[in-house]
Amino acid sequence: MAFFLQNVINALQWGSFYALIALGYSMVYGVLMLFNFAHGDIFMTGAYIGFFVATGFLGLSASGILVLPNWLILILTILISMFLTSLVGMAVERIAYRPLRNAPRASAAITGLMVGIILETGNLAILGARRQKFPDLIASQTYQFNGVSITNTKIMIVLVSIGLMLALNFFVRRTKWGMAMRAMAYDFLIVPLMGVSINFIAAMTFGLGSALASAAGILFGIAYPVLDPYMGIIFGWKAFVAAILGGRGSILGAALAGFLLGFIEIFVATIFPSTLRDLIAYSIILIILTFRPHGFFGEPYSAQLRL
Amino acid sequence: MAAVSESLPEQKRWYHSLAEKWDDWFSDIPMLAWLVGGLLSVILEYFVGSPFARMLGMPKAPVLFGFDIALKTPILIPSALLYDIIIYVLPILIVARAIGNVSNRIAQWLMDKSIVLATLVHIVLLYAVLQVWGDLSDYRVLVLKLTLIAIIGTLSLNVINGYMGEFSCSQPGFIALGAYAASVLSIILFVNNDLFGSLNLPASLAPFLFPFILILSGLISAVGALLVAVPSFRTRGDYLAIISLAFTFIVKSLLENLEVFGGPRGLSGQPDLSSLPVVFAWTMISIWIINNYVTSTFGKTMNAVRDGEMAANAMSIDTRKTKMVTFLFAAFWAGVSGGLLAHVLRYVNPSSFGIQKLAEVLGMVYFGGLNSVVGSIVGAVGMNILSEALRPLEIYKWIIIPIMIILIMIYRPTGLIAFREFNVKNLIRPKQKKGPEA
Repeated sequence: MAFFLQNVINALQWGSFYALIALGYSMVYGVLMLFNFAHGDIFMTGAYIGFFVATGFLGLSASGILVLPNWLILILTILISMFLTSLVGMAVERIAYRPLRNAPRASAAITGLMVGIILETGNLAILGARRQKFPDLIASQTYQFNGVSITNTKIMIVLVSIGLMLALNFFVRRTKWGMAMRAMAYDFLIVPLMGVSINFIAAMTFGLGSALASAAGILFGIAYPVLDPYMGIIFGWKAFVAAILGGRGSILGAALAGFLLGFIEIFVATIFPSTLRDLIAYSIILIILTFRPHGFFGEPYSAQLRL
Repeated sequence: MAAVSESLPEQKRWYHSLAEKWDDWFSDIPMLAWLVGGLLSVILEYFVGSPFARMLGMPKAPVLFGFDIALKTPILIPSALLYDIIIYVLPILIVARAIGNVSNRIAQWLMDKSIVLATLVHIVLLYAVLQVWGDLSDYRVLVLKLTLIAIIGTLSLNVINGYMGEFSCSQPGFIALGAYAASVLSIILFVNNDLFGSLNLPASLAPFLFPFILILSGLISAVGALLVAVPSFRTRGDYLAIISLAFTFIVKSLLENLEVFGGPRGLSGQPDLSSLPVVFAWTMISIWIINNYVTSTFGKTMNAVRDGEMAANAMSIDTRKTKMVTFLFAAFWAGVSGGLLAHVLRYVNPSSFGIQKLAEVLGMVYFGGLNSVVGSIVGAVGMNILSEALRPLEIYKWIIIPIMIILIMIYRPTGLIAFREFNVKNLIRPKQKKGPEA
């Protein structure tokens, strides 16, 4: 039982990264009907931006110019890098997606892929192949409950991601901008007639998704403090799979499928040799999609998407 | 508005007059004459290339039209340009112009004899050009082989993505299956190793058995494609993209876990069977068969499935059969290209068949153009040459190439040469002068 609970906790942490990234895919899909294939690399960019912001704050603290407690640095890091990464996301939308809004969707997928490659290579060219170590912002403490060990970072990661998801839900359901997003997901053509700027909403959606990906990147950096330029590839594609599995355009589905993917991976890795993780995880996804081809909450060929 | 439309035809830019000059001089030259010109120019290079290059101050003849030199030592750009003009451009233009009329008659005679004969003559000439050009350095041969193999892979992906309109990400998986199957077969048959024991057939048999190995590996890849083809009955678009992506990851992960095939370390020691003539022959065969497939009545059903599956169904097209056959067909050729690739590189490992490979193949298909055999050829050749030419830039290459693809996607969303049929007869027929009035 303790073994099981331990893995549940690990899976919750692992799944929250996937869920946060998958939300970005899903929101963009809901609004623009296309997938942002650069999203995994935006996650990577977010993690690096977080790394620089955190290192900067720590440097300021160490030199005595601006002494802040570490928890405040963490909060500031998350907020500032979410903001900066959302600018990156909007830039990606402007460069790679807006010119192609009326083009075939596959072309937009290609530009997304290429922007992803540019982000990776740009990072590699600027920072070199050396891996960066994410600074320790909170001292790790381990609590024991009946043989289940929980670290405070794990609790923090799960709570922050659930909090962000709830905030997103609030934003989409309760604010005017969120209403505009939902309207756009419902009908792309009517929305401009209501005086809502499609470009603005699209950019905002990219920004929101990128901000979440950045938060995921920082949380990932706290849990596994090694950053490399290609970290976005594996995470991005798996989160993409989660977004599809949840049903395209469905925020709830994306979050749940992200956690599900985390559970599958963690439990496969504990039961089988860990090299089989991808094999079994993808096989399960293949089987799920074969029998339920539209994901958990998706609707086949429908114009109405849940957002 | 009216004024604009009236003034449009009168607007004449410098390139219009240049194009007119070109038409004036060269529009009546058939493909035959161009090929002969190319052959003579590469023969010229074969004999005087190196001394001439040294005369111009270059250490040796530029291996790739001087692109490599241009980025490494920019001071040599003028001499590389001069080399290109004197060795390639001028001889080709002069020879082609000189024999233009004669070759028109020859081309006509060949066409009258039989179209197959005419095509074969052209292919042999093309091969001769490539062979002589490649003779000067091993690097050229390698680039040629990789480019030709990329043409097969790109064409096979274009069949699914362009002609049938599915966004398939399974190509690296198919290529990996083919590459591993061919490697394992040829290692079992011809190489004495401890991994699979030894059958040790005489090496002289290898070239004759190699086609069968390739066909078998293509078939194995096609069997693997069933995993993608069957779910494609029920779903399309994004979900199929995911299924095919999952397929690629499954194949990669499977190969990483199968210690028999070397696991993550990969397999090496394939016999050197993919020589230039073999690769060239397979590429020509694949272009021929794929072009026939996509222009056949059955191939047109793919377009019907792409443009409206329900409508196609209503017009009594068996969409399931179309999807199944197309996926297996494309996977077969991807497998063949993988088998050839494995024997060119003589090393395969699972990690070379991941997302990077996918981005590369997709890039080639969309760079060249969807739904077009010419486009795929142009895309594969263009991307390969570009990628070799930009090699001195090292990592910045992967910033410049994506930017170019993005620009192409923005200005031509379906690729450079999309939706154009490949017509051999049109390509090799004798040409008539394109006058301004005609």
